This record gives sequence, structure tokens and C-alpha cells, in this order.
Amino acid sequence: MSRIEHKFKELKARDKKALIPYITGGYPTLDACEKLIELFAANGADIVEIGIPYSDPLADGPTIQRASEAVLSSGVDVEDIFKMVANLRKKTDIPLVFMTYYNVIYCYGEKKFAEKAISIGIDGVIVPDLPPEEAASWCKVATVNSLDTIFLVAPTSDDERIEKIVSASSGFIYCVSLTGVTGARDNLPMELSSFMRRVRSQTDKPLAVGFGISSTEVAKKVSKLADGIIIGSALIDLIEDSGIEYDKIGKFIRDIKKTIGG
Amino acid sequence: MILPDSKGHFGKFGGKYVPETLMAALADLEAAYKKYGVNKNFQAELDRYLRDYAGRPTPLYFAERLSEHYGAKIYLKREDLCHTGAHKINNTIGQALLAKRMNKTRIIAETGAGQHGVATATVAALFGMECHVYMGEEDTIRQAPNVLRMKLLGAEVIPVTSGSRTLKDAMNEAIRDWVTNVENTFYIIGSVAGPHPYPAMVRDFQMVIGKETKEQIQKQEGKNPDYIVACVGGGSNAIGIFYPFLNTKTILIGVEPAGFGLETGKHGAPLARGDVGVLHGSMSYVIQDEFGQIKEAHSISAGLDYPGVGPEHSYFKEKGLVEYVAVTDDEALRAFEFLSKKEGIISALESAHAIAYLERLAPKASGKVVVVNLSGRGDKDLETVAKILGVDS
Repeated sequence: MSRIEHKFKELKARDKKALIPYITGGYPTLDACEKLIELFAANGADIVEIGIPYSDPLADGPTIQRASEAVLSSGVDVEDIFKMVANLRKKTDIPLVFMTYYNVIYCYGEKKFAEKAISIGIDGVIVPDLPPEEAASWCKVATVNSLDTIFLVAPTSDDERIEKIVSASSGFIYCVSLTGVTGARDNLPMELSSFMRRVRSQTDKPLAVGFGISSTEVAKKVSKLADGIIIGSALIDLIEDSGIEYDKIGKFIRDIKKTIGG
Repeated sequence: MILPDSKGHFGKFGGKYVPETLMAALADLEAAYKKYGVNKNFQAELDRYLRDYAGRPTPLYFAERLSEHYGAKIYLKREDLCHTGAHKINNTIGQALLAKRMNKTRIIAETGAGQHGVATATVAALFGMECHVYMGEEDTIRQAPNVLRMKLLGAEVIPVTSGSRTLKDAMNEAIRDWVTNVENTFYIIGSVAGPHPYPAMVRDFQMVIGKETKEQIQKQEGKNPDYIVACVGGGSNAIGIFYPFLNTKTILIGVEPAGFGLETGKHGAPLARGDVGVLHGSMSYVIQDEFGQIKEAHSISAGLDYPGVGPEHSYFKEKGLVEYVAVTDDEALRAFEFLSKKEGIISALESAHAIAYLERLAPKASGKVVVVNLSGRGDKDLETVAKILGVDS
């Protein structure tokens, strides 16, 4: 059982939901990013998603675009992020997931990327522009290296596609809450609960909802429909606005964790 | 074998590297295109608009003075005479007719030089659809006349301020719009790029250029041309004229923008100097660093200022079906002036890249029949050119 599966199983046994914060790797700096991830872990995060920035992040809204651009223009590359994760892994057991676009993996070499990721302590990888149709070779090397392959399912996915996606996924399934890009929203669509029922009817694997979750209120509603929630842009907005006030950020994580029944 | 395969691949190139949200929309589009691509009513309607509205067939003009100068028989395929001033309208009419049949009421597009944006705004006006065009902020400045045209046609032009503020970023933003508004929105991609089925669909809509050329050159020369030359940014005018001549004896030459020179790294020539990668939904040659971060392209021509290229061109390159070359900004500018003065035709800077290659082709093409695809006219570029050449108005 992977570290991610184990985490969800353990939470489920206690009737708890997973809190999965996202941060762009190297944002706002490599050191601060490492500290923030430790802070997330210390304040109740269950899994942390680390973005490897890509120059053309199609699935991301302005917040994560800005963070990615900032990291890339500071000269941080994928090797730096690998080093940061390797360091981090010495200090925490929390499951860690990479989120990056396919070109980053393709150019590094799928096999080399998978081997590197597992060796530094990464547990799974999310690739938002890689649907299962294009993922055969990636899934093969990821599986050989015991990395979870976390695919995304969207409200526009029909039942046939949902079946394909849930069967290709391991660790958990990333349920995109809305038709759109990442970014904090005030509300999520009404159809979210029927969408989640459609996904649930096809799998027993853990379901985590991401995109648009901005506040404790939204987090609370969404957590009732899923096994976990993912918060990215709202957190990055907070880091941007607060000028990295660790106390404030730690409290935000604690508050969310509390409201989702963590 | 007819390509792409059922999953949209040309060999290893092409495919659908897009967020899951768009997969259903791409499947719908593919189904609609499959259905109407062979539908007689659809084809008849498309033909009528191409003829009566866009002004097809465009002439294949024997360029006497150019021929005399170069010692070859040079013909120009006059796509610059199409309505809106470039070949782009061939494709936007086709896609808008599809959008209509798919009951999509909102059209979006990306544009570089503005030619595709204008052609999209035009068909949106023609068919009464709402239209939003994404254009890099830098391009809105260097191609200002086209911004005005789009606005007059009723489109909203959205300047894109992320990244390099050019075509690549405009396309990112258009895709993000599509992900968000996928229910009612049809994304008209302007080149043979993007995820499947766009590269194949746009190619098919642009193939009218090559089909006409084939008939016209038969009439005038009684044979296929020895050479066909076309500029390649995303590559839609090139593929349109090349396609009917693939696997014939005609030598096909695609001209990429070398910008300040291939050796400077400031160019838009992924086929000459790029590597295989994924950009905008398909695998193809792209200009990128060792970690797969896409680099800024450079070309004096906004329409060629793109770090990627249509996946089928990558396939042609690998199979040796088309020869790809590159000419610099300076060479293109010289050709732009030369064609204006020799033939009385002010071409787009994009097309001037194809004309420029004649300098290098002529020594080995003495007495041969050469067709150059003059993909667009140059009105939009006057300001850019005047600034560089110091021509007073």
C-alpha cells in the first residue's frame, strides 16, 4: 500500500477528511517553500502537493501562473526542486505529490523522472495535461517505480471517461470541481454533488476535490462530498498578501482542517 | 496510411495533451467534423462561401519580372487576394460553419499577426456570433490596424499580458477561456496546431489552396511545379498548399523565420533548431530549454513569432517529405521591398519569408517551375516596415 493510500485509509478509519494544500515548488523562494511545507504538515495537512513550474500552465488561473512565472524567472529549475524535496523528506513523513505539466516530465525523460521522484521521497504525480489516452508509457514507468498516478476527472467527463480515469488512477482521484482553471472562487457549482455521485458510483478509491476552494465555508461544504480537499490558489494568494507570515498561514491551515472535520 | 491515426497522432507527433475538461469537447468536435466533413450540404455551403464571400479561387499569377530576375518560372498563389487579406479565412469559414451546426453561440480565437483574428471576427459577424479574440499585448501594438479591424467587426479584442505577450500566450489564454466556457463556446484555432482534431481539420480546410494550385498549374504549365515554397509559423498555409503534392516529384520547401539568425537563439524556427516537446495540446518540435520550459520565439513577423509548429510538419520533417529552411528578418525585409518594387505586390512579412528563399533557390532552379504561396497581404505591416526602413509617409 502506498503512503497516500495508507493515509486515506487511516483517515477513513477515524471518519476524517484529508486536507491537501498545494504550493508551487520554489515559491516564494526555495527556502521559504520548504519551511511552508513543514508548516503545512505541522498544522494538520495530510498530503502536500508540490507544483513544478512550467512556462505555459494551461490549466492554471492567474494566481498559480504568477507564482510559476516568479519561480522560473528566479532561475529555479526542476533539479533545485528535487533537492528541496529530498531535504524535506529527511524531516517529514507526510505524503508528497508532484503536480506538473507533461512537457517537464517528457523532457526530463519519463523513466528518469519517475526514478528520481521516488528516490527523493515523492509518492505520486498529477499531470493536468496528460489524459489517460496519452499516458500509457508514463503509467508503466510510474507503476514500476511504485509512484501513484493521480488522474483528473472533470464535470464534463462522461461515465465512460470516468471509468477509464478511475481505473488508471492510483493513490486518489483528483476531482475538478468546476469547468475552468485553478483559482479561488466564492462559490462552487450546484452540480458538484451530482458529479461526485457519478464518480463515486464507479470507484472505491479516495476522491479529492480541487479547483476554486477559497474559504473555510466552501471547504466545509465540499469536504462532505469527498474524502479530501485540495487548496492551492487561495493559499498562494495568502502567501502573496501576507508577505509570508508563517503564523497566519499556519492558522489558515488549522482552521480549514478543523472545519472539514480533521 | 492516412494520418493522423484514430487518436490523432502523426507518428509520435500530435495527440491530445489537454486538461480533462476539454476531452469531451474535443470528442464532440471530432464527431461533428467527421460527420460534416463528408456531408454534401455542408461542403456545398462551404464551397459557396469560399467562392462568393472569400473570393476563391485565388489566381495563380505568373510573376514575369520576378521570373526574369531569378531565371526560373515563378508563380505566386495569390492568397493575399482572399477576403480579409490572407488564407486564414479558408479555415475560419469552415470552422464557423461547424460551430453553427454544433449550436455554439460564442466564438473565441487566438491571433498573432491579427490575420486569423480578423478572419474569425469576420465570420462571427457573418454568422451573427459573439466573438472574443486573444492577442498578445505586444502584437496589439505592432499590428494595430488589425486590432481596429476586429473591433469594427464587432469582436472583443483581449490583450494578453502574461509571458512573452505574443501568440504563444494568446493561445494559452484562449485555451483557458475554452476550459471555462466549454459548454457554449467554439474555439477556432488558426493554425494546424493544437490538440487533435485541429491539426487535421485545419489542414483539410486549407487544402483548397493546394487543390486549386494543382489545377491551375496544369492549365498553365501542363505539369506539377518543380518546387513549392511556403512560410511556416504554425504552418497552415504551407500544409494547405503542400498536401495535394505530397509523394509527387514536386519538391516542397517550408520556410521558417530565422529572426536575428539561427545562431543567435532569437528565432522562431523549431524545425531547424528545436527539440520534441509538448505545447498547446500536441507533441511537436518546439523551442525550449533542457528542462522543457518553452522559450520566447522571435520574428519580425508576428504571425511567425511562435515557438511551436503544427505536429504534421514535424512528421514531414522526420520522414523527409518536406525540406525545411529558415530565412532571417533582414532577408524577409529585403524580399518585402523587392516584391513591392518588382511586381507591385506588398506582401505580408510572413509571406515575404517564402519570397526571400528564392534568392537561395534560384541558382539551382534555373528554368524550373516554382510556386510561392503568397499567404497574405502586407497592409498590416506597413508601420513595422516603415519604422525599420525609415520610410517617411
